[in-house]
Amino acid sequence: MAEDALSRVFSALADPLRRDIVARLTDGDATVNELAEPYEVSLQAVSRHLKVLEDAGLVSRSREAQRRPVHLEAEVFDLMTKWIERYRQQAEERYRRLDDVLRSMSDATANAPALHLGTETTNPPTTGESP
Amino acid sequence: MTTMTNETRIELDPDVPRVMITREFDFPVEQVFRAHTDGDLVRQWLGPRDLTMTIDYFDCRTGGSYRYLHSRGDDVFGFNGCFHEVRPNELIVQTFTFEGMPDGVALEKVRFEDLGNGRTRLTGASLVDSFADRDAFVSSGMEAGVREGYERLDELLAK
Repeated sequence: MAEDALSRVFSALADPLRRDIVARLTDGDATVNELAEPYEVSLQAVSRHLKVLEDAGLVSRSREAQRRPVHLEAEVFDLMTKWIERYRQQAEERYRRLDDVLRSMSDATANAPALHLGTETTNPPTTGESP
Repeated sequence: MTTMTNETRIELDPDVPRVMITREFDFPVEQVFRAHTDGDLVRQWLGPRDLTMTIDYFDCRTGGSYRYLHSRGDDVFGFNGCFHEVRPNELIVQTFTFEGMPDGVALEKVRFEDLGNGRTRLTGASLVDSFADRDAFVSSGMEAGVREGYERLDELLAK
């Protein structure tokens, strides 16, 4: 169940226009008309995007008020952002290790100019073509 | 030294269950490519820092295959896959399976782009079977925290 909920939130945030709407809602509640203003898409299209965000639990709309402003569920948004950021940081750590490996490869080449360059593997030369 | 210009970017595709990772390196494309095809070099950077990575086999060529293990104490996690296309300094297409879930497989494409001046852009795309799988994959970075993360999400959405 939770995985499905998570997928809905991720998919909702995967669209650039929806991400933009969410970013604008971090400043405060807004009506559909206000949200639609800067975009060159129809009001219906913006409403559809809001429905996706609402189904994912990222935004809510008050039932009472006439203008039914859209409200960002900041806690849900923060949790998602944190998860993606955590994933990104792990990739970043991995690539910093790759930076280190690349640096040590450069050093090895500089210290041993006789080494052949290129894309040979570590296989001994006697191995030849693998079957 | 590495600057902020080499920041890793993550993108979740809205249309297909795919994660894209982009990163630039201050090293020539030949070198970045070799760090992906030479098992002994791969071993030094691919695995998480708190796990020991052991290569069972790593035959990075078109039609080749690989298997490696990540271990921490008695916990051993195996991963394997096939190299479908290995094009020097351009592209690696490979599959990726976690042996704990042998029916699952990700299709990975890593592109190497020569930016000139000894710089390289790396773009990795990982495509899985379903959005649920992808999102579980992305949030698995939480490790032990993932269950609590789901529970927390359930709580928030239940409000």
